[in-house]
Amino acid sequence: MFKTIANLQIGESAFIEKLCLDKIPLKLLEMGCLPGMEVQLIQKAPMLDPLYIKVNGSHLAIRKETAEKITIVK
Amino acid sequence: MTNDNVVKVALIGNPNTGKTSLFNQLTGLKQKVGNYPGITVEKKQGFCKLNESVKAEITDLPGTYSINPTSLDETLVLDTLLNEEGDAFPDVIVVVVDIENIKRNLLLFTQLKDLKIPTILVINMIDQMNRKGIHINVQKLEKQLNTKIVLASARKKIGIGDLKEAILDYKNIDITPVGDISIKIDKEYFSKLKEAFPEFPLYKSWLLITQKKEFDFITEDEKKLVLKFRENLECIKRYQHKETIFRYQIINDVLKDTFNVDKSKATDLRGVLDRVLTHKIFGYVIFALILLFIFQGIFNWATYPMDLIDTAFANLSSWTKSVMPPGTFTNLIAEGVIPGIGGVIIFIPQIAILFTFISILEETGYMSRVVFLMDKIMRKFGMSGKSVIPLISGTACAIPAIMASRNIGSWKERLITILVVPFTTCSARLPVYAILIALIIPDKRIFGFLNLQGLTMMAMYLLGFTAAISSSILLHNVLKIKSKSLFVIEMPNYKLPSIKNILYEVVEKTKAFIFGAGKIILALSIVLWFLASNGSSSFKNAEEIVTNKVENSELHPQELQKKIASYKLENSYIGYMGKTIEPVIKPMGYDWKIGIALISSFAAREVFVGALATIYNVDSDGENTGTIKERMAAEINPDTGEKRFNFPTGMSLLIFYAFAMQCVGTLAIVKRETNSWKWPMLQLFGMGILAYVSAVIVFNIFS
Repeated sequence: MFKTIANLQIGESAFIEKLCLDKIPLKLLEMGCLPGMEVQLIQKAPMLDPLYIKVNGSHLAIRKETAEKITIVK
Repeated sequence: MTNDNVVKVALIGNPNTGKTSLFNQLTGLKQKVGNYPGITVEKKQGFCKLNESVKAEITDLPGTYSINPTSLDETLVLDTLLNEEGDAFPDVIVVVVDIENIKRNLLLFTQLKDLKIPTILVINMIDQMNRKGIHINVQKLEKQLNTKIVLASARKKIGIGDLKEAILDYKNIDITPVGDISIKIDKEYFSKLKEAFPEFPLYKSWLLITQKKEFDFITEDEKKLVLKFRENLECIKRYQHKETIFRYQIINDVLKDTFNVDKSKATDLRGVLDRVLTHKIFGYVIFALILLFIFQGIFNWATYPMDLIDTAFANLSSWTKSVMPPGTFTNLIAEGVIPGIGGVIIFIPQIAILFTFISILEETGYMSRVVFLMDKIMRKFGMSGKSVIPLISGTACAIPAIMASRNIGSWKERLITILVVPFTTCSARLPVYAILIALIIPDKRIFGFLNLQGLTMMAMYLLGFTAAISSSILLHNVLKIKSKSLFVIEMPNYKLPSIKNILYEVVEKTKAFIFGAGKIILALSIVLWFLASNGSSSFKNAEEIVTNKVENSELHPQELQKKIASYKLENSYIGYMGKTIEPVIKPMGYDWKIGIALISSFAAREVFVGALATIYNVDSDGENTGTIKERMAAEINPDTGEKRFNFPTGMSLLIFYAFAMQCVGTLAIVKRETNSWKWPMLQLFGMGILAYVSAVIVFNIFS
């Protein structure tokens, strides 16, 4: 099992390893979500979805299904 | 080509960069909002004096994170910048970036720079610099980005003069791109591209082939070439990713030695607010309280100005009648045009109050938190967290609400939102509910404090909301639309709202409503007036016929006038229409008079009250619904000898108005936004059948 952004605990940080390029919209990359960047999970919405992350200086909210496609390394 | 004394400026930037503040500072109230040809996206333009002889024509383009569009609004930025022959093609681009998010904001800047149009970089919100411990080496940054940089704070009016000077001097701006993407991606591929379109800047050709849409400003040959390049979709997608990664590399390199943040100075106000506002309990409680406060505003505060407007137009109407010579023209003005305009103006207070709240919530950054909180819940209904804003707006008017659904990324989620918004209880339903409830529900209290009439009104709101939610579940399961969900939202930092921005926004939205929906309501009011005041021969000879009929009975002249008027109505065109549909509406418990009111309601629902007032020939001046109410209460159903507006008929009407799609304005906007007649027709018939069936059932249950 690869670890993805969806596996992070609140407050935990990691580095983005790979984005599943066919399934990730270009917009996410353009907003700063790129391989090698540090990503921190800031908060989860009350029903644990969407996720509020900080990546590359941007504060973004993405759905869990998207987060699951972004693998991370510590 | 362009006039030397006017410099065309395109203002571009990410959302939440203060671009609108800057636009407002530059142009003041000299703004005009128009529509781009063929699409409903608003075009905001304004003028700004640069010096004694030169002006700038500034176009405020929609906020976007990238030149690759993901919504209709964003497509406009691309179209404007690629079409060199276009009206709004700029002499100079002004890119606004927020100092706190400069890294991400610069992505758009580097893309625009590749188009080889002179570009000025405005770094906004510099008043925050010291507080956030930010340091910038401007000269070095200018050199590395090959551009002119202006430091500004639009809210504090800093740097506006510098920007004007920079715009005047636009011809001296270096147009060299920042870095060469072709080398990093695939040199060979890009040289082929250059060969194919030798006339265009390379990046323009790349943008032409990477988009899915068709461009109508290029020649047929060029279109064919574009299609040929697009065949290799996989490769294009990979290159786009590479491009973005490469751009960020350049930006990171540039910022490394020009931009420093002293992290010890950072405060965590944002973190604290986020924890409270998106808390699993407090988050919802706060949102509910804010909603309650907004509804309080719409329904309590708005009544004062609305009453004033109502009275003013009633007075204006009777005054016009008294000063103008009697005749058809006077009647048209006094009975058609003035009440028609009044029927539009009356909504302004509610719409202005609603948009004030919404723009405050958006300006402060709170709206993004609402979207975040609500997304999972809304998804169960096939919608998105972003659907919350249209659904709230829908309680004032469905038209601006449907326009507010544009930023919902997934087509299916957006479509469902558009389709169910008309179920929310809009302000046009209020007067109808108010008079019907007053007629059929006793003014009693239960448990000593709950007013029965008030409770019924609340139940009607819940009914509308339930209908919206249930139909969205249905649509979610029935509509087989595969659309990629694209849910990435920025969570902006919290800000104090700018009064100026809110004011401009409210004025603009209200104006858009008046000129959009207003035109239709006004036009239909005039048509209705015509249909009610013209008819066949028995209409024209009404006076004679009625006078002959009552010859022997001693009638007060006023009574006689009333009799003539109601005879006229019965024999007017609209009277015929009412009678024609009578068999259809009878199962719901209505007669032809109510039928007329139903037909009239297609202009706007609240016309129901006015139409009944005309039909029952009573004056509906001011909030004096007492007289209409009394007249309605006294109306007898000749078939049963009972009251016409008895409990079953009243309930049936309430249900009918809650469900039916009786608004031409909404249908027109749905057609424009979905670009098809299919969806507005689905609403018209779907909601119509639901309304009819429910009304028939309710009528039969209660009678």
